[in-house]
Amino acid sequence: MKELLMIAIGSAFVNNVVLSQFLGICPFLGVSKRVETAAGMGGAVIFVITIASFFTSVIYNYLLEPAGFEYLQTIVFILVIAALVQLVEMFLKKSIPSLYNALGVYLPLITTNCAVLGVALTNVQRTYNILEGVVNGLATAAGFTISIVLMAGIREKIEHNDVSESFKGTPIVLVTASLMAIAFFGFSGLI
Amino acid sequence: MQMNKYAERLYNGLVKENPTFVLMLGMCPTLAVTTSAINGFGMGLATTAVLVMSNMLISMLRKIIPDSVRMPAYIVVIASFVTIVEFLLEGFVPSLYSALGLYIPLIVVNCIIMGRAESYASKYPVMLSVMDGVGMGLGFTVGLTAIGLVREIIGAGTAFGIQITPDSYEPVTIFILAPGAFLVLAGLVALQNKVRSRAAKRGNPVAEVSGGCVDGCGNCGNSGCGGKRYPSGQEE
Repeated sequence: MKELLMIAIGSAFVNNVVLSQFLGICPFLGVSKRVETAAGMGGAVIFVITIASFFTSVIYNYLLEPAGFEYLQTIVFILVIAALVQLVEMFLKKSIPSLYNALGVYLPLITTNCAVLGVALTNVQRTYNILEGVVNGLATAAGFTISIVLMAGIREKIEHNDVSESFKGTPIVLVTASLMAIAFFGFSGLI
Repeated sequence: MQMNKYAERLYNGLVKENPTFVLMLGMCPTLAVTTSAINGFGMGLATTAVLVMSNMLISMLRKIIPDSVRMPAYIVVIASFVTIVEFLLEGFVPSLYSALGLYIPLIVVNCIIMGRAESYASKYPVMLSVMDGVGMGLGFTVGLTAIGLVREIIGAGTAFGIQITPDSYEPVTIFILAPGAFLVLAGLVALQNKVRSRAAKRGNPVAEVSGGCVDGCGNCGNSGCGGKRYPSGQEE
């Protein structure tokens, strides 16, 4: 239990997926204009990453490893993730259209969101079992959601500020991300 | 005439549509591995190798792959080459392999590769596609090495591992840590904005480039695109 907690805190805060590992930068910058959509994106990512880390762990531990096909992991993982994202998209379209509309074009982006593949590969690298893998995935995605929602909150305020011409848009967001990354260093004392 | 076409591809990748400085693609690795010039250089070359080979194969197969399954097909091609490159690095350059770690398999989701496959290799003949891959790859390598160099000099006082600043210089370590990556990129995008607005004022605006996945992601200056049309190749 304690180990699982350590994994969770480590992935969510200390090694925050966006601010210290630079995975999933695209949605982090692209969908963080409003808190509402950011939270929606975070929810979608939590959903996808948790399921994806479960399936990839199962496939790796029970299919690839016993058969000696470890080297196929990259190919298999990316295909599994692509299929899963498609599934989530169809599910949202049918049952929660409002969220589907809000996330719009960014939902398919989750596939190429390197965070999903990154988590699956990290699970293998650290030889996590299935439960640890799922916890790691859930915590990583939660870390993503925390950082993107925080960023959206800050960006809503930035809109009212007078930013110099060249720094408008992405650059000021990146500067903000940099400051957030410094702040997240504070969590490294947790473990 | 024929030569010009190939040279034009090189120029296009290195200067006109430089993936790092102009298109702002593949920002994930750009931020993550540029802690030193040599890491950036290695990552750039690894990406170039994948890009050239995948462009070549996809261009060869462009009349065979059915339109409706082209995205999964491209992904399989790209992922295969990434796996090959990963093994080569592990076998021959273990130090670089351990430095780049997770980011080598993540070349699969690098937007540049998917973008070039979709927007160039799937339409043009093999030799041109290969040259396009070489140009784009080298452009990416130059970009990563340059950013890595800046971060390494400011953050560690070295260039390619050799100390170049005087002993009295206190390295600003934050530049080789995560926040530094965001800061350097912020400066880069701001510079690009400046150049664009100045060019627009002079009356010859820098054309908005329409590469593989610029729409949607180029604007927000970051990576991980290729995805808009992504799920199993359905058109929106």
